[in-house]
This record gives sequence, C-alpha cells and structure tokens, in this order.
Amino acid sequence: MQHTDMLPRDTAVQLIDHNGAPVADEQYALPEADVLLRAYRGLVEGRRINDKAGALVRQGRLAVYPSSHGQEACQVGASMVLGDADWLFPTYRDSVAVIARGVEPADALVLLKGDWHSGYDVRAHRVAPQTTPLATQLLHAVGFAQAAKHRGKDTVVLALCGDGATSEGDFHEAMNFAAVFHVPVVFFVQNNEFAISVPLSRQTAAPSLAHKAIGYGMPGQRVDGNDVAAVLAVLGEAVSRARAGGGPSLIEAHTYRMQAHTNADDDTRYRERAEVQEWVARDPLQRLRTHLTATGALDAEAEERFAAGAEEIAAAMRAALNTDADLDPEDLFRFVTETRSSQLEEQWQLLRDEIERSQLETEGHR
Amino acid sequence: MTIAHDDMRTETAERQVTTMSMAAALNRALADAIESDQDVVVFGEDVGALGGVFRITDGLTARYGEDRCFDTPLAESGIVGTAVGMAMNGLRPVVEMQFDAFALPAFEQVVSHVAKLGNRTRGGMRMPLVIRIPFGGGIGGVEHHCDSSEAYYAHTPGLTVVSPSTPQDAYSLLRAAIASPDPVIFLEPKKLYWSKGEVDTSITAEIGSARIAREGTDVTLLAYGASVSLALEAAEVAAAEGRSVQVVDVRSLSPFDDATVTAAVKSTGRAVVIAEAPGYASVASEIQARVFERCFEFLEAPVRRVTGFDVPYAPPKLEHWYLPDVDRVLDAIDTLHWDEDV
Repeated sequence: MQHTDMLPRDTAVQLIDHNGAPVADEQYALPEADVLLRAYRGLVEGRRINDKAGALVRQGRLAVYPSSHGQEACQVGASMVLGDADWLFPTYRDSVAVIARGVEPADALVLLKGDWHSGYDVRAHRVAPQTTPLATQLLHAVGFAQAAKHRGKDTVVLALCGDGATSEGDFHEAMNFAAVFHVPVVFFVQNNEFAISVPLSRQTAAPSLAHKAIGYGMPGQRVDGNDVAAVLAVLGEAVSRARAGGGPSLIEAHTYRMQAHTNADDDTRYRERAEVQEWVARDPLQRLRTHLTATGALDAEAEERFAAGAEEIAAAMRAALNTDADLDPEDLFRFVTETRSSQLEEQWQLLRDEIERSQLETEGHR
Repeated sequence: MTIAHDDMRTETAERQVTTMSMAAALNRALADAIESDQDVVVFGEDVGALGGVFRITDGLTARYGEDRCFDTPLAESGIVGTAVGMAMNGLRPVVEMQFDAFALPAFEQVVSHVAKLGNRTRGGMRMPLVIRIPFGGGIGGVEHHCDSSEAYYAHTPGLTVVSPSTPQDAYSLLRAAIASPDPVIFLEPKKLYWSKGEVDTSITAEIGSARIAREGTDVTLLAYGASVSLALEAAEVAAAEGRSVQVVDVRSLSPFDDATVTAAVKSTGRAVVIAEAPGYASVASEIQARVFERCFEFLEAPVRRVTGFDVPYAPPKLEHWYLPDVDRVLDAIDTLHWDEDV
C-alpha cells in the first residue's frame, strides 16, 4: 500500500445525503435495499432502546445511561458488518451495538442497572464486556486478534471507542501494536464531538482523527456516522480487508451526541442549543426513512411492523427492569478468582454469617 | 489452604536435579512451559534476540520461534493490555516488565482488567496470564530500577502475587503461576538472579503456601524475595550468638499462607518481618497485623518490622543505608523481650 493510500479523504464518505438522496461514490457502493431495510429496522429499535433506557433512568430503574441517541447508525452498522465468529469490543455507550449483536436488552443493561459489572455471556455473543476505562479495550481487541492469528483463525475484531478516548495512551499503543503485528482489527471511532463537556478541538489538532492512522502505518477513513449506508460500506470494506490478511485500519465516524453525556450531565453548560438543533436535521433515522420510502423499499406496513417490534423490545426492557433481581451477596466472593484462598474463604464465611443473621432477623419480624 | 513446608514431587516425572542460578531456573521454567503447553506465549521488551536485559528469556526465540517468544513495541500498557486480549482468546501469555518502576504504565490494565475481568464476567473469562517483574534493589541500580512495588499488587483483589527466593522456587513457582487459571504477578528478586541452588524440575510448588527456610525455636523471621537471604544470614549470625532463629519464606504475598506463618510464630513466640519496601502501608505491615491477630496470646513480645525507610529508593551509593541489613535484623531481634532483659 502506498503511504498516501493510508490517508483518509478530506471529507467523510457519504452514500445517502441529509435529505435522503443517494450520493454516487467511485469507491464505495450503496448497500442493497434489503440490507438497508434491515439496517433501518435496527435504527428504529436502537432509537427506541435509547429512549426507553433514558425513561428508565428517570424512573429510577437504571442507575445511569450513556445514550447513543443520534449515533444509532454507527451502533447498528458496527454490529451488521461482523460475521458470527467475529468479536465486538464495546464501551459503555455502545449498549445498542451490544443488543444488535443479539444480547438481550435486560442483560446488556445489567451494568447500568447496578446488579453486576456485566450481564451477558461474552462467549455466546462474541461481545467483550462493555468497558468503562477509556481506550483500554482497544488493546484487548488487539491481543484477541493476535491470539486468533496465532491459532490460524480468520476472526475479525471490531473495537469501538469515542473521540475522547483517542487522547488516551492506550489508544496510541493499541494502534501501534495492531499495525506492527499486522492483526485483523478494525478500530471504529465514533467522533460525537464531545468527551462529556470537552469538544474535539481540545482532544486533537490533527486534520481528523482518521489522519492518525498513517502515523501508525495503517489506512484511515472518515465516514458520515449518521449515514448507515456509508458506515456499512466503509466498515464492511475494513472488515473484509482485515479478514483477508490486509491488517488493521482506523475508521472515524462523524456523528453527534444528541443528548447529554448521561442523565447526570448538564449539557447546557457547554454547548448551544442551536448546535444540537443543527444535528437534528442530520438524523440517521429520518434520512434512511426518506431514502427507503422514496425507493419504495419501505412501506407503511413495514414501518408499522418495525415500530411494533421496537415497542416489544421496550416493553421487555420495562418488564425486566421493573423486576428487582434476586441478587446473591455471596456472588461478591464467588468469581474473584478460580482458585479459592483461605483468606477469602474466611471473609466469605463472615458474610454468610451476616446473611444468616439478617434472614433470622427478617423472620423474627414476621 | 495448603500447608507446604516441603513441596510435592511429581511421582511420574523423572527426577532431574541440576545446580543452576535463579535466572537459569526461570529460563528453564519458561522453556518447559512453552514445550508443554502450546497456548503459552512469552513476550515483552528485549526478550527476543537479546534474551531479556537479565537474560531470563535467553534462547527462547531461537529455540521456539517468534510465535512463542517475541519482542513488542516499547509500551508496557500495550504489553499487558494485549496479554489480556490473548488470555480472553485462550492463550496463556507470560509477559516481562523490564524493571519494577517500568511496569507502572501498565498499572491501569493490571488493576482495572487483569484483576477484575474474571469477576466482571462471573468467571466467563478467566485471565490465565503471568506478569513477570524484576523487583527490589541491592544491585546498584539507578533511580527507577530498584523499586519494590509489591504492595500495590497485593492490595488489589483478584491478583495472585508471588516471589521466589531460591532457584528451586523460581522454577516451581513460575510453572505453577503459568498453569494457574488466575492472573499472577511474579516478582523476581533481581539481587538473587545469579544466586545458585539445586533445581529439581519434577518438584511442583503450590501457590499460596509459605516455606520454612530454616528451622529454629527462639524467634521467627518472616521474609520474601531478596530479604529471605538476608534473614538466613541474620539467622546464622544469631545462631553464633546462641539464638535459634527460624526463617519463613512467605513467597506467596497474596493469597497469604496464614496457617504456616501462624504455626511458625506460635512455635517460637517471637517474630520479625523483613522487607525492602517502605514499611508504611506495606505487605510487611499486613503480615505484622495478621500475626498479631492470630498469635497474640502466644507472643512474648510485639511483632517487629525491619523494612526500607519511607523515602524514595536510595541512589546506588546510599542504598546500603536504605536497605535492611543483618545488624538491623539483629537489633530488632534484641528488642523482643528476652528473659535476660527482665
């Protein structure tokens, strides 16, 4: 690869514009209608999940929810480009991507509900636990891919992070290791313009985040993160290249965090409403709906069906989160290590005694 | 937990006893692990062609290939972070940190992921990886090359922390660490790298067990790593002065072998904990507290500590003022309320 081929374009790849009109591109083809229809369904469900989770926070059923409202095209695209045996390494803001990979919403939200630190079977879904410390999971993704390569498997690993994470040392180390060892990883940065309150201009002086790729010796590309067609095309190509032995790449999606960092954040302190309003017009759902309706791929019946499916998911979330899980305090000890130490056994016994006493007290009050 | 004064010898394995340095024993353990388990991979900085700055990985790349032992970019968080990913995907990584203080860039990976992933995933993803760290001073190393960082790791739930003090334990404990389903911080006392001893590769050690390094009846010295050799030296001098000194090599800092240590201290009624690290909020203070809690009625005197001062590690020309030595150990023993004091 010529080094200039590693540079991203000056503007983000876009295949469907803000108004829903297709954009001709000499390199990337518009995905087939059935693929876009599937993506649209994912967007409808993703949006509903985001909004339902927000409501559940307000009702006190979730401790916190970092929403990907506005970023659903990235979330759904990230899930759709992966094969069954591929792995996704998500962050705390990527619950919709995790759910799109097949994890039950209630299981995906266990961390944010506060029942445990992760609530799904990572191996069954090929989804690593959602990671909270920024950029640390990128190195796990690289190591995971190194191991796959070591064992001769053609697994591709897709690692997610945000724009803020690109300032972390682990981002740099992950890019560098991935390129040096030429492993099948795709780094997908959802640049949503804010790391809590700090804008992208305080994270980097680079022309774009995708420009960082050439510094590591891997290709970088920029994509309109609110255009799921472009996300599918660009990410899909990166995944194929990785699978074919072409090594890692860095894809930057330009998108926008439509809501505050979490419910605990107040975004009126650091950004203008007008700026947020501007992004409403670039909404990933609306644009794809317009496009698919215009091409005739989406009719009222399908719209209804998708909406009903999303409602079902929302209802299941509500039902699951309105039920208090039967938490076992002994779980605090159960999984710390595989090997049991006398030290922990002693403390575990103390907890068992406390549990027993509290049960006796409860019975005594009856 | 296990009480292991004398470790288990595997009956089936052919007994092979060789005299070698601790460095050679570690090298042999790595080679044997690579040969016996195809999932074992060794990597770090300068571990390939050079064989590591302490030559612990000498010849491994040449013998087993780049797939099994390889150099990485110079980035410790990257080394440990990728090891986490490999362990997630079925490998058993054994990584080398070049010096104790240079392991600090990896600290977040160690604390936030290595130690917690097994718990986070409810056992769904175990972390069978080993992080080897040369630790401690006494080698005339300049700043950042002689730290004792064991307390940081021992304080972190989920991590197993061990340190050998003999070539035999270097071999057996490293094999046990690599075979463990849990992550192990393997602290190698660099001062003892070139000390020699017999190594029987058929002996397996159990993690979590202390070892009686010297029998004695008057006082128990509790030590680990390079301090074990200091304790043995002090015991020898004390013996000449008529005191019978027992030495326990703690060797497993976490989990801790309360049974062996408690039994030892109860048998003598007196104890001194020896460690190079600054004493404040240290592994030595934890050992001291545990002994007090468990042996109080058996103690003739307060448990004492001989540790490094609570100052940054000394420059080479001053380190002999910093490090615990025989005199400090003997002085501490002298304060233990002997009958002749009364």
